[in-house]
Amino acid sequence: MWRRSASFILDRSSNSPPMADTTQNPDAISAYYQTRAAHHGVITSDWLAQAQAAVEQPDSTHSGLGPNKSFNVIDEFNGWRKQPDLAEAVAAIRAMAAVIRASEATTMMELEIELKKASDTLKSWDKTSISLTAGCDLFIRYVTRTSALEYEDFNSAKSRLLERAEKFGEISCKARKIIAMLSQDFIFDGCTILVHGLSRVVLEVLKTAAQNNKLFRVLCTEGRPDGTGVLLSNELSKLDIPVKLLLDSAVAYSMDEVDMVFVGADGVVESGGIINMMGTYQIALVAHSMNKPVYVAAESYKFARLYPLDQKDMAPALRPIEFGVKIPAKVEVERSARDYTPPQYLTLLFTDLGVLSPSVVSDELIQLYL
Amino acid sequence: MDPRRGPLAVPKVRRVGFFTSIEPSPETPRPNRSLSGPAEAITSSSPLSDSPSGQFISPVQIPPSRHHSDNLASRAAPVPVPGPSAFRRQLANDRALHVGSYNPVDSLLGTSPPSSNGEVSEDSGSLFGFQRSDSAKLSASFPNGGFDMTLRVRAPQESEAKVAIASTSDGRKKNVEASGEGESLAAKPRKEKETKSLKEKTSKAERRAIQEAQRAAKAAAKGEGSKRAGESSRPKPSKPAKQPQPKKEAPQVTSSVSEKRAVSVEKERRMDVPQTQMQYDDKSRVDKAKRRSVVEQTESKNKVELFLHLPQYERGNQLPNLSSNIFSLDTIHHAVYKVGLQHLAGDIAGDNARCIAMLHAFQEAINDYTTPPMKDLTMDLTAKINGYVSFLIECRPLSMSMGNAIRFLKNQIRKLPVDLSEPEAKASLCSEIGRFIDEKILLADKVIVQYAVTKIRDGEVLLTYGFSCVVEMILLYAHEIGRKFRVVIVDSRPNLEGQKLLRRLVTRGLDCTYTHINAVSYIMGEVTRVFLGASSIFSNGTLYSKVGTACVAMVANAFSVPVIVCCEAYKFHERVLLDSICSNELGDPDAIANVPLRNNKKHSKTMDNNKNLQFLNLMYDSTPAEYISMIVTDYGMIPPTSIPVIVREYRREDLLL
Repeated sequence: MWRRSASFILDRSSNSPPMADTTQNPDAISAYYQTRAAHHGVITSDWLAQAQAAVEQPDSTHSGLGPNKSFNVIDEFNGWRKQPDLAEAVAAIRAMAAVIRASEATTMMELEIELKKASDTLKSWDKTSISLTAGCDLFIRYVTRTSALEYEDFNSAKSRLLERAEKFGEISCKARKIIAMLSQDFIFDGCTILVHGLSRVVLEVLKTAAQNNKLFRVLCTEGRPDGTGVLLSNELSKLDIPVKLLLDSAVAYSMDEVDMVFVGADGVVESGGIINMMGTYQIALVAHSMNKPVYVAAESYKFARLYPLDQKDMAPALRPIEFGVKIPAKVEVERSARDYTPPQYLTLLFTDLGVLSPSVVSDELIQLYL
Repeated sequence: MDPRRGPLAVPKVRRVGFFTSIEPSPETPRPNRSLSGPAEAITSSSPLSDSPSGQFISPVQIPPSRHHSDNLASRAAPVPVPGPSAFRRQLANDRALHVGSYNPVDSLLGTSPPSSNGEVSEDSGSLFGFQRSDSAKLSASFPNGGFDMTLRVRAPQESEAKVAIASTSDGRKKNVEASGEGESLAAKPRKEKETKSLKEKTSKAERRAIQEAQRAAKAAAKGEGSKRAGESSRPKPSKPAKQPQPKKEAPQVTSSVSEKRAVSVEKERRMDVPQTQMQYDDKSRVDKAKRRSVVEQTESKNKVELFLHLPQYERGNQLPNLSSNIFSLDTIHHAVYKVGLQHLAGDIAGDNARCIAMLHAFQEAINDYTTPPMKDLTMDLTAKINGYVSFLIECRPLSMSMGNAIRFLKNQIRKLPVDLSEPEAKASLCSEIGRFIDEKILLADKVIVQYAVTKIRDGEVLLTYGFSCVVEMILLYAHEIGRKFRVVIVDSRPNLEGQKLLRRLVTRGLDCTYTHINAVSYIMGEVTRVFLGASSIFSNGTLYSKVGTACVAMVANAFSVPVIVCCEAYKFHERVLLDSICSNELGDPDAIANVPLRNNKKHSKTMDNNKNLQFLNLMYDSTPAEYISMIVTDYGMIPPTSIPVIVREYRREDLLL
């Protein structure tokens, strides 16, 4: 299943964004990370159940919106975004699907233009979200470039598009399962895993490993300022996995007892590197210098056509940071929420396309986009 | 020359790449590789170098047969040989004086005495003696036209030499062939190039190649043997399987005895890349190539052992020679001829410019082409193009990108529908070529500029090395759209191409810093991006570019400065390159030997006298993929690990037939 061709990714992207009204996210704060934070709050024991429910809901909401002329992609997207278990790309694609549904276009060309507009709106609404951009791109690409759409009649083509868009959400969940399965070969009894950030994929991986009766230990970084590590350790302890919380600054200190590092990714870029929560880069550096493998779990819809050359070479995603004390006005605070880890520090990427070395990412992307 | 050569050659030889049995002394040590060899090797080879017959054998350098015979000739007719230094000095003078169309820096050796003596000496055999005594052995080795006298002397001797070689070597079938061939050749003037009309020679070879190609196609194998016996002026084709064969050989090889071979040859030709594959330390190949060659080339004297597999010729004598022959050469289309001369003279520099010039010339040639009666356009035109290409290679080794372009063209020819009429076929070929130029080169550049500009932010300091037209376009465009940045141009001797870039940028109002590569580690500290051009990029991500690029990239890497390589996708090559040795081009050694100082002359004189001194002027080097952060191509920005993906996905049609 996971070794399918890149066209599979296209399918996924098929759900992208609807139209464009609200052009700019008024807040300078990264919407992506706001959503993440909101999701984190929700992540409690009933998190998964909620998520499941969330996946079911959306379709019904949509159909109501369909014919409405004043339909707004952003609203649609925001509606989907609230679902805790729904990846942002999937939300984007569902919103795009809604655009198709709402569209009154009568030709493929019109539809394409409408979709393009919608995707641009979505993208500009939150420039910091890589998976949103990637999802929109993939969807557009799917609509405009696939021969699968060559139907005589516009309506059947449209319904086919919708079909694919529907599938996408399921694929997202399935991708996590696939990745969890794939990664089981790499988790051995008695190993110690360092985890940074709160990634739904990584959680799924660890959960599956625990279900398979693997004996392993997890070290969670604290994950300031969101406290992601605390949330994750909470989840893991419920699964009876031995967990230890670390300060973010204690990574190098405890690296020698670590056997592997597992991280998620906000986006996988063309070089094969990843963009992820702040701190990933330094953990990867430490792991690399101590010869520990760094594994990344990421769904393939996070592959983005980006190529940052260094840390500052991407749109910064800002977020509020609480220090607990008052910071003097003259003191600057680094508020960026993410960093870029170059491919040479990553060992393998677990994706629903298979276990890839970083250089394959570009291969997949080229096949996808060119 | 002899004394100089003998000792030099024996101990220092190191072979790189493929070589065959004809190889002078198999036991010749390769000091660099194994230490076990030397003692034995010296004993075995020293007697050879002492004996006259050894002369043929010991010079390990790519010795063309011409070379040996030269030695012979000079030996047979003892002429006082002025020291090489005198000659060199004269060379230097000539260079200073006769610059002609040469860029003084680019063109190396400048004109040699023969040419300074004028075309006269080249054309008239009678002057030959004078010239030789006058200007030393080197001039003697110039295979100028009209040496009938020498020819006669030379031919038998040469065949002898060949026999000797064959017997000393390991007696492979090929050698036997060679020796037999040598004998038969003795009867005939073997080196057509030395007969007075170059034209006749090439046209003959060419015609023959064409003829035989057709014959092979028709499977009329039986007639061939008799005909060959009659003609006999060409060597038997060696087995194609033995070595990867450059296109250079292609026309010749086509004429194989059996049809089967013809087929395999055809296949091989299909695969071949004209470029660097010819191993110049493989005597037999070189000899064959020489016989067919249009351009007179003289082996340079102090060859660099490590690079014996590359052509090392004296510079400067070819151009006058060629231009004097321009009206007598009917096998080479005048447009191609012109481009060849421009390449030779260095008037066209830069990979893209060279490639475009070549393609335009081909376009013209195809336009003027008419299929001879009873011939097939596909076959005949391919053979013609092969002839042009080998001519161009003789003028200057092709760049990788030109190889790719030629392969594209041949593919187009091969893919022509059979039922197309000749004018239609020609028109379609020409438009394909035009499309290639537009899409793969010109448009690609524009796309690259668009991509690369996204990586230039305000306040950056960009470093570039040498001159690359894509990089120039990027910088100018970024300036145009209002980015504020500073440019550091790093340059190097001897070509100083960076000055051209500097001039253009400064006139457009960019803020520039100019320095030489010696200062690169100092200047790198303030740089935020390095933009480099490329001659080619190989499948393993190795960048093949102007010499010095690797140094810049490595320094940048040490300073954690991202290195961005801008390269059109048509320059990607599916080969793998591990070092700068196997595939390279050697420039004029004099270009680096001569420093423009006041007491230069005295200096270079002492240098020239030193037989232990060889000048190595490498044109390219290879940068390993790990020093490259990003490659900007017309397909977007990709990591160096993705080159094979592009080659696989987008050049499939070109690569497979």
